[in-house]
Amino acid sequence: MILYLVRRLGSLLVLLVVMTAVVYGIFYAIPADPAILVCGKGCDGAQLAVVHHKLGLDQPITAQYWHFLEGLVVGRDYSSGPDVTHCAAPCLGYSFQTDLPVLSLIAQRLPVSLSLTAGALVLWTVTGVSLGLVSALREKRLTDRLITVFVLGGLGTPVFVSGLLLLMVFCGWLQWLDFPVYVPLTEDPAGWARNLILPWLTLTILQSAIFTRLTRTGMLETLSEDHIRTFRAYGLPERRVIGRHALRGALTPLISINAVEFGVVLVNAMLTETLFGLPGIGQLIVQSSNNVDLPVVAGLTLTAGLAVVLANTAADLLYATVDRRVVLA
Amino acid sequence: MTELVTEVGGPGAPASGPPARARQVLRRLRSDRPAMAGLVVTVVLILAAVFAPLLAAIEGQDTTTFHIQLLDSARGGVPRGALGGVSADHWLGVEPTTGRDLFARALYGARISFTVAFGTLVVQLLLGVAIGLAAGFGGRVADAALGRLIDLAISFPQLMFAIALLAIVPQSFPRPVLLMLVIGLFNWGGTARLTRGQVLSLKTRDYVAAARLSGASPARIALREILPGALPQVLTYAAILLPTNMVSEAGLSFLGVGVHPPTSSWGQMLSTATTWFRADPMYVLVPGLSLLTAVLAFTLFADGLRAALDPKASPRGRR
Repeated sequence: MILYLVRRLGSLLVLLVVMTAVVYGIFYAIPADPAILVCGKGCDGAQLAVVHHKLGLDQPITAQYWHFLEGLVVGRDYSSGPDVTHCAAPCLGYSFQTDLPVLSLIAQRLPVSLSLTAGALVLWTVTGVSLGLVSALREKRLTDRLITVFVLGGLGTPVFVSGLLLLMVFCGWLQWLDFPVYVPLTEDPAGWARNLILPWLTLTILQSAIFTRLTRTGMLETLSEDHIRTFRAYGLPERRVIGRHALRGALTPLISINAVEFGVVLVNAMLTETLFGLPGIGQLIVQSSNNVDLPVVAGLTLTAGLAVVLANTAADLLYATVDRRVVLA
Repeated sequence: MTELVTEVGGPGAPASGPPARARQVLRRLRSDRPAMAGLVVTVVLILAAVFAPLLAAIEGQDTTTFHIQLLDSARGGVPRGALGGVSADHWLGVEPTTGRDLFARALYGARISFTVAFGTLVVQLLLGVAIGLAAGFGGRVADAALGRLIDLAISFPQLMFAIALLAIVPQSFPRPVLLMLVIGLFNWGGTARLTRGQVLSLKTRDYVAAARLSGASPARIALREILPGALPQVLTYAAILLPTNMVSEAGLSFLGVGVHPPTSSWGQMLSTATTWFRADPMYVLVPGLSLLTAVLAFTLFADGLRAALDPKASPRGRR
């Protein structure tokens, strides 16, 4: 177990280094010069050279990349003229655009993205599992067919279409809700929830369709297994057979699905944020990509990659604890 | 990552002779009503996309001409008349602020959507089959390394990288080609994993051993003996990638890093529609429903194809 953990964390480290290297490589290869963006219009050659030096762009790519890694592990100093700023580890550098530390930019946006995904996660797990359960228990009947139609529709509808349709119905025609504006949870919990209803629903439609489908197949598969037949033969009440034994077998895979789907959720959350204009991580990456804000993009891809890999590792471990048949290799 | 996802289809695809098997698949596909409905709609949509210039000419409109006179300037440029300005001249109405014809723009949007989806598929197949073949055939070390790479490719938030890439590549590079490359480059993991599984099971077959004994080179065995056996399953799986690719393209265009105006794309139309959903719902519905119809039709057909080819579902339970 410990050996497995060490090996997993080792490959995780290699992976992150490769990822940053790829991001740096891509950005270095492009013709656009970030210094021109920072310097603004009417910037002459001398000024540009100063900016170049300040951003460290006059150094070779390998040195820049090395400093980036150094900053991550032990922190680094930025010197611009006489004053020296120290950026403590894990240092992701400073935005070319706003001069703010990348880490604080991400931290600023994180509550928005977390509010969106965490709320939706609860919704889609609950709806997905219950719909899947009902669907499996009513196999081939009307309810099952209706739910299957919902699954097909939900899977085929990208978030930017379902979100727009929801906006059209609830903000446009029925006028039940205003166009969402993000309100921090700490300021106004009711407003926070009210404004997030539509974004939550948008994410939930797609993700709960995935969960419904998986719960249904998992449940049907488990119900046809021998041990369930044995429980029934012993005369265990049906409710107990399903609630205690079948559900457990059917739901275990969902743990790892949530992790594998994490990347998908991230992307869909990004699209949802853009649609509703929520100031989250998704909006940040779209903006900074368009502005060639290298430190922010590198920092964000690194953070997202780390989150995805950590989620997967955690899920594998959790899976192994819940299901003893899994052998860690 | 622990191997959780079982290989789709599994061993045994090329068991019976090709003609008999093909007939069986066709028969099953024909009796699958949703799949056939999906096929019909798919064919109609593809024909519409191919003949877009002709259809637009019949309507008498093009994608770029402004029709300012059809807009209500007092209401911020919303089309006059019911349903976003639907009329005999403009079958699906016109765009707000510009008055460009929506029917023509949606048709040309279909062209972009399908071209990118199929082009991406080619990139995905080339990459996925090559990497899957190498992983399945290349020995333990290659398999371990490539297997990790495949796991990563499957779980990674590709679109994030794609946005960064698309935003920085010079505007002069042909955009649809770039989209194919970028989406394909980040989404080949499923194809590779399936190919690897197929190769691993085919590798142990007697006919492969016979080829090896008769002195065929490893490259020849991989390409001439194993690949043809693996392809049917892989291609069927690939069909399901088409709707996914369409959604990716629309998503990237929605975020503003897809095709550039004045070229029309469904994702781009939807992104402008975010500010018009109250005043002009038709402008949301036209690109939205076009995308939904296409995705649903492609998915139904691809699902049906997979079910028809699935050896597990065969009447005599042959596996």
